[in-house]
Amino acid sequence: MDSFLDLIETISGRPAPLLFGQLLLGLINGAFYAMMSLGLAVIFGLLNIINFTHGAQFMMGAFAAWMLLEWAGLNYWWALVLVPIVIGFTGVVMERLMISRLYKLDHLYGLLLTFGLGLIIEGVFRNQFGSSGLPYRIPDQLQGAWDLGFMFLPVYRGWVVIAALILCLATWLVIEKTRLGAYLRAATENAPLVQAFGVNVPRMVTLTYGFGVALAAIGGVLAAPIYSVNPQMGTNLIIVVFAVVVIGGMGSILGSIITGFGLGIVEGLTKVYYPEASATVIFVIMAIVLLARPAGLFGRA
Amino acid sequence: MTLHRRDLLLAGAGLAVSGRARAQAAPLRLGVLTDMSGPYRDLTGPGSFAGARQAAEEFSAATGIAVEVIVGDHQNKPDVGANIARQWFDREGVEAVIDLPNSAVALAVSGIAREKNKVVLGSGVGSTVFTGAQCSPNSIQYTYDTYMLAKGTGDALVKQGADSWYFITADYAFGHALQADTTRFVEAAGGKVLGSARYPFPATTDFSSFLLGAQSARPKVIGLANAGADLVNCIKQAREFGLMRGGVKLACLLMTVVDTISLGLPEAQGLLMTESFYWDLNDRTRAFAERVKSKRQGGVVHASCAGCYGATLHYLKAVKDLGLERARASGLEVVERMKAMPTDDDCFGPGRIREDGRKLTPGYLFQVKSPAESRGPFDVHKLVATTPAEEAARPLAEGGCPFVRS
Repeated sequence: MDSFLDLIETISGRPAPLLFGQLLLGLINGAFYAMMSLGLAVIFGLLNIINFTHGAQFMMGAFAAWMLLEWAGLNYWWALVLVPIVIGFTGVVMERLMISRLYKLDHLYGLLLTFGLGLIIEGVFRNQFGSSGLPYRIPDQLQGAWDLGFMFLPVYRGWVVIAALILCLATWLVIEKTRLGAYLRAATENAPLVQAFGVNVPRMVTLTYGFGVALAAIGGVLAAPIYSVNPQMGTNLIIVVFAVVVIGGMGSILGSIITGFGLGIVEGLTKVYYPEASATVIFVIMAIVLLARPAGLFGRA
Repeated sequence: MTLHRRDLLLAGAGLAVSGRARAQAAPLRLGVLTDMSGPYRDLTGPGSFAGARQAAEEFSAATGIAVEVIVGDHQNKPDVGANIARQWFDREGVEAVIDLPNSAVALAVSGIAREKNKVVLGSGVGSTVFTGAQCSPNSIQYTYDTYMLAKGTGDALVKQGADSWYFITADYAFGHALQADTTRFVEAAGGKVLGSARYPFPATTDFSSFLLGAQSARPKVIGLANAGADLVNCIKQAREFGLMRGGVKLACLLMTVVDTISLGLPEAQGLLMTESFYWDLNDRTRAFAERVKSKRQGGVVHASCAGCYGATLHYLKAVKDLGLERARASGLEVVERMKAMPTDDDCFGPGRIREDGRKLTPGYLFQVKSPAESRGPFDVHKLVATTPAEEAARPLAEGGCPFVRS
C-alpha cells in the first residue's frame, strides 16, 4: 500500500492525501453539476427550450427551504419533499402562461424569455431579502464528519453525493425504461402522431418542465446548508452547468450525468495543480469538444 | 407616438418647474451614490441613504437650513456611476456625492467632482489609493480603508501567537491588495506567510478544495482576503470540514456585522474582524442607532450607515461655517474647511480629517459572540482591542498623495 502511495506521489508530484482529497471534492461538486444539468437536459430534450431560468429556480429552491424553516418551522427533511413540489408548480404555471407560446418559434425566443425571467426573479428576491445571504444550518442528523485518513469528509457532503446519484439514476430509469418515458421520447420525435394515439402531449410537456424545475429546486435545498443562501447563488453555478450540458450533448440525459461528475473531477484536479485556472478549465474543454464533436460527447448529430 | 411626445413635453415642464423651485427655496442638495441592487446592497445601499438622511434632518432641525438628500444606484459600474454624478452636478444642482462603495466607481466620480469643483464624501470607499496616489483635494475618505483592516486583524492575531499564515485570496485587485497589506503587518510583527491560493473571482462557490489545500500547509491562521458571499461561503465550509477543530484560526480581513448576521452566530462565533463602528459600542452609538432605527426598516445599523451620517453631518457643519453661497461656489473650500474643523459625531466621537482626506478613526477588533452571549438579533459582536486613530491610518508620508506637503 505504501509503495502504491509513493508511486502516486511520484507520478503526480503532489502528496497523495491532497490528491485524493481533491478528487473526492471534485466528485461532490460533480454531483451538483450532474443534478443541475440533468434538469436542463430533460427540459431541452423534450421541450427544445434552453431554460435560462434554471439558476434562479435553483436559488428559489434554497430560499423556499429557508422560508419553510423560518416561517413555518418545517425542517430540512420537510423542505426536501415540499420545495420541489412548490417550485415545480411555479414552473408549471410559467410554462402554461408564457413558455408554451414560444414552441413554434426559434430557440432564441425561449432562451431570451427564460433569461429575462431569471433576471426578474433574482431582482425580486434581492429587493425582498437583500444581497448578503441568509443562514441555513446543516440538519442535526447529518452533522459531523468521517475521518478517512487522507481527509475529513463531512457527513453532509457524502449525503449530497448519494442523493444526487439516486436522483440521476431514477430520472434516467424513468425516461429510458418506463412506458411514460417512452411516450415522452416519442412525443419529442413526432408530437402529432403521439397525440393521435390519445396521449395529451401539451400536458405531458408542461409536467416535464415542472419536473425539470423541481430537480433544480432539490439542488437548491441540498445546497442551502453549504453555500450562502443569496439571490445570486444560482448565477455562478448556472454558467458552469451550461458548459456541462454542451459538453455532454444537448438533451442527452446520460451524457449530462456522466459529464457532470467527470468535469467535477477535472476541476478538482485543476485546483491541485493551478487553482487560478479552475474556473476556466471547463470552458477550455467545452471549446475542444465543440471543435471535435459539435453535438457533444454523448449527443446525436 | 403622440404619447411619446406628450411625455417629452411633461418632462420639459417638470424640468422648468424644478428649475424655478431651485431659484426660490433652493435646499442644499446631496446625492447618495451607492449599490442599491447588487452584492454590496446590504453592506451599504439603503443603510447609507438612511444615515445621510438622518444627518440632514438633524442639521435642518437645528439650523433651519433646508437640505435634500437623493439616492442613485451605480450598479457597481464606473460608467453608470460617472454618468449619474455628471447629471447630478450639471443638471440637478447636487453639491456633494456620498458613500461610493466599490473603489473603481469612487475613483471615477472623484475625478469628475474635482473637475467640477464639487465634493465627494467617500464613506464606502475601501481602497487606500483613494487617499494615496489618486487622492483629490475635493474628496474625503471617512469610514475605513484596507490598511486599517489589515493592521487591526493581522497585528492582533500575530500578537496572540498566531504567527504562520496562509491566504485564500479573491483573484482581483481588491483581494491582492488586502493580502499584500496583511502580509506586511504579519511579517513586521515577526510572523511568516507559508503560501496562498488565488481563486477565480467571481465564479467560485465551492471553497473546500482551497481550504483543504491551505490546511495541508499547516498554518496557524488562514487569512480570508475576500468579502461578502465568498467570505460567508468560506467560513461555512471551513466549519463544515472541521478546520477550526484542528486548531486553525480564521482571519476575516473584510467582515462586517452584516456578514455575521448572514452567517448566524452558531457558524460565526469566535471569529475576529476589524471595523470602525459598531452600534453597541457606547452610549452615543446606541443613541444614534435608536434615532435612525425607523429609517433602517429592520436592518442592522452598520458602519456605512454611521459613516454616511458622520461625513454628511461634518460636511453640513462646514457649509454652515463657510456660508451657503461660498460653499456652493467651491467644493474645494468646503473640504478645506472640513479638514480645518475638528469632527465630532455620535458614531465616531471626536476626531479630525487629515490633509490627504483620510478621516482618522480608531480601528476596533471585534469577536463574534456565542449564541449564549447574545441577547438579541443584532447583539453579535464584543470589543476585544482598539487601535488608536493615529495608528490605524497609514502614515501620511507613505501614501504618496501628490498635493500633501512633505
